Amino acid sequence: MTSSGPALVEMTGVEKRFGTTRALRGVDLTLSAGECLGLVGRNGAGKSTLVSILSGLAEPDAGQVRFAGDPAPRVGDIARWREWIATVFQHSMIVGDLSVAENVFLGDMARVLSWRELRARTREIMSDWGFDIPAEARCRELSVEQLQIVEIARALARGAKCVLLDEPTAALEREAVRRLFERVRQLTAGGVAVLYISHHLEEVFEICQRVEVLRDGEMVLTAPLAELTRDDLIAAMVGSAQVRAATSSGLESPADQPRQRDQQRRPDDAAVLSVEDLTSDSAAGRLSGVSLQVRTGEIVGVTGLLSAGVATIGRTIAGAESRRGGEVRLRGALVPSGRRDIAERAGIGYIPEDRRTEGFVPHLGVAENTTMTIMDRLSDRFGLVRPGRRAAAAAPITARLSLVSSGPGQPVEELSGGNQQKVTVARTLAHEPALIVAITPTRGVDVASKALLLDSLADVARSRGAGVLLCSDELSDLVICDRVIVLVRGQVFAEFTEPPFDRDELIVATEGLSGSNLDAAYDTPPDDTPKEAAE
Amino acid sequence: MTSESTPDEPAGAALPASRSQPATLPLGGAVIASWLRSANVSVLREVALLPVLALLLIVGTVRSPVFLTVSNFSGIGEQSSALGVVVVGESLILMIGGMDLSLESTYGLAPMVAAWLIVPVAAYGNGLDLNPYLGILVLIAVGAAIGLLNGLLIVKGRLNGFIVTLGMTIVLAGLQNGIVKAQSLFNLPPAFGYLGSAQWGQVPVSLVVAVIIFAVVGLFLRYHRTGRAIYAVGGNPAAARAAGIKVDRLKIGVYVAGSVLAAIGGLMEAGRVSAVTGQQGYGEGIIFSVFAAAVIGGVSLKGGRGNMIGAASGVILLGLVQNILTLTNVSNYWIEAIDGGVILFALFLARVVGGESTAESA
Repeated sequence: MTSSGPALVEMTGVEKRFGTTRALRGVDLTLSAGECLGLVGRNGAGKSTLVSILSGLAEPDAGQVRFAGDPAPRVGDIARWREWIATVFQHSMIVGDLSVAENVFLGDMARVLSWRELRARTREIMSDWGFDIPAEARCRELSVEQLQIVEIARALARGAKCVLLDEPTAALEREAVRRLFERVRQLTAGGVAVLYISHHLEEVFEICQRVEVLRDGEMVLTAPLAELTRDDLIAAMVGSAQVRAATSSGLESPADQPRQRDQQRRPDDAAVLSVEDLTSDSAAGRLSGVSLQVRTGEIVGVTGLLSAGVATIGRTIAGAESRRGGEVRLRGALVPSGRRDIAERAGIGYIPEDRRTEGFVPHLGVAENTTMTIMDRLSDRFGLVRPGRRAAAAAPITARLSLVSSGPGQPVEELSGGNQQKVTVARTLAHEPALIVAITPTRGVDVASKALLLDSLADVARSRGAGVLLCSDELSDLVICDRVIVLVRGQVFAEFTEPPFDRDELIVATEGLSGSNLDAAYDTPPDDTPKEAAE
Repeated sequence: MTSESTPDEPAGAALPASRSQPATLPLGGAVIASWLRSANVSVLREVALLPVLALLLIVGTVRSPVFLTVSNFSGIGEQSSALGVVVVGESLILMIGGMDLSLESTYGLAPMVAAWLIVPVAAYGNGLDLNPYLGILVLIAVGAAIGLLNGLLIVKGRLNGFIVTLGMTIVLAGLQNGIVKAQSLFNLPPAFGYLGSAQWGQVPVSLVVAVIIFAVVGLFLRYHRTGRAIYAVGGNPAAARAAGIKVDRLKIGVYVAGSVLAAIGGLMEAGRVSAVTGQQGYGEGIIFSVFAAAVIGGVSLKGGRGNMIGAASGVILLGLVQNILTLTNVSNYWIEAIDGGVILFALFLARVVGGESTAESA
């Protein structure tokens, strides 16, 4: 922070609500010229809300944003916001069919007189900042890294004094990350302020001078990084007191189960699922050679950051999307790529990540949605299904999940989010699969329902011997797991085999850090040898 | 949802429903019980058009002395049956979230190909002099082939259904005229024209067959697992796929079923007018009536919602309007404008009375 004059960007007491959720609670933030400030926080801490307020896309319910001491422009007056602060979003805002020059001046073309001038000014910006992308190139033909530079150039073309980088390295290779950091240093050396948002703590340590930590919508820590250790940062992000509170309010019963289960019976050696060298180019997170096994009655957790490929691995194994290479075998039999119907019949149940898009048919009833996977079994030899039979088949499953509805015929669209999620889980359980692939099965569900859903998954493994692959970035889901595999950038980075799992250790591993050496993750690329982080 | 009975044979698959009833009595009981349970909700929606139909009956009776006669209604039935069968096909395709404009050309081309193979060279046939029963099989095969082609292009080729079937409409209509050099084929053998022209007493055979098709498809949609899968796929294809339903196969099957129904509708029309003309189908632009009947009847253009009771009342409504306009000697110049106005009014009324019409939750 500069002591002389007002800060370049200053946020004071900013509040934002969405319905009953308080996304931001009185957040303060200051950013000075030539500074790189890191902003970290777990998923749902309020980072995205903060970004949209700072980008002039959302209006705070209370509080103020000031640029160099003056009140910020009206929300929605994007052109004037951009003169102060420009955001490079996680998702590219580049028009692929236009040239680099046109994209750099997109939305600002009125001020440019001719094509020649457009290109000349683009070249000028590129050379001023040491970028090397031809102004005439079609953006469609550029790499992700080059597109990001175009976006940064666009910010600089408007004379923005502050650049907001939202998860800029999510889609970048390691070398590209290093080059990006050089550019960020150029920017700050040139007097531009940078707000750097990232899940990767090691990046924050490398590039930022100061860090602010958001937790549950509150700014819990602001300090120069020189005074902080990695553990301080993690403690601030996680909030250890709060973890204990959450555990005691309903998560306790599933948390105790893995140990009980070990005493009752050890997981059989027979592998239900074996995955060899799985690769995928999915936009949601690529996989580069993942191998894992799930044994009968075993619950294996897969966790990592959003972009690490956690959902992708679940979706490819369940056949919901195609894999590029590798083998998926269920009880030794090869499961074809991208064929959800065959995978379901083979015995792979699938609880999708987003219930609204894949979990249920909104206007059909609870019973019909629940029995959708077992229509073959319920129909007579002419293929006819009696509604009564359907309701009878659904009743025990929905009852076990304490699903609340006005009756088996109530359309699922009328249910609450938690009950909709129960329908999605019930649908999977109905088929009695040999393997359940569950992706973030408790997302957006209250604490009590969460415990119930996890309990039901644990019960399926315990009593019926089904294998469960639980893919979740929600660490509290992992309490039911016998093993947890941590993915970093699409590769197995660490494996934890001894429940209960240490929350902090898990978080450290998901950030791609191992041991106490911060640089380790960067110097040695993560390889397939597990357990290196299980200190 | 493995289907030994693929959706391209809805009639055959669901027919055993009635056969199995005496054997398993509880089925009938359960059907009636569940009907009664859901009655107060769904009946209101299903009969949302009833006030409009009643109004039309009153208007017709007041305006024309011949309106309320058996022969007039028999005539309406005969004229609406062909359209009705095509509406069943289009409704199935709409319900699964698709769209098929080319049904109107299938409705013209399929009987044209069959008749062309049947009638002698002197009557512009191709000289094969095919047996009329085989001709009907050819007609169904032509329908199935067109549906399969559409389905493959749209589902496997990931092409836009609107554009594919628009192109197909024009291609098929061109073939319809091309193979017979724009001639009309008359002198159809009695067996070929039977479905469209015969009467059992005062009741046209085509009407009986159309009613059976509506009933069988309606029951199929309500109680058959493939019928339920159609609602699931139309309502949320991603969720249906995630549950293991063979979405692509089902969609293609429904396109085939829809085109076969359109071909059968075309056979009825050919029998009714005792000829296959180059105008039948595309030339008359029947697809607008088909869509109007389906949508008035509450079949959602977005897929997943609709039922056969609604679709049937849409067909009846259009038939009554047409009949009343003809009987009351409304000037030909005005018929289309009034026709369109009634459709808009019926749509509005159906929405007001029934709210958002839904899939029947059996």
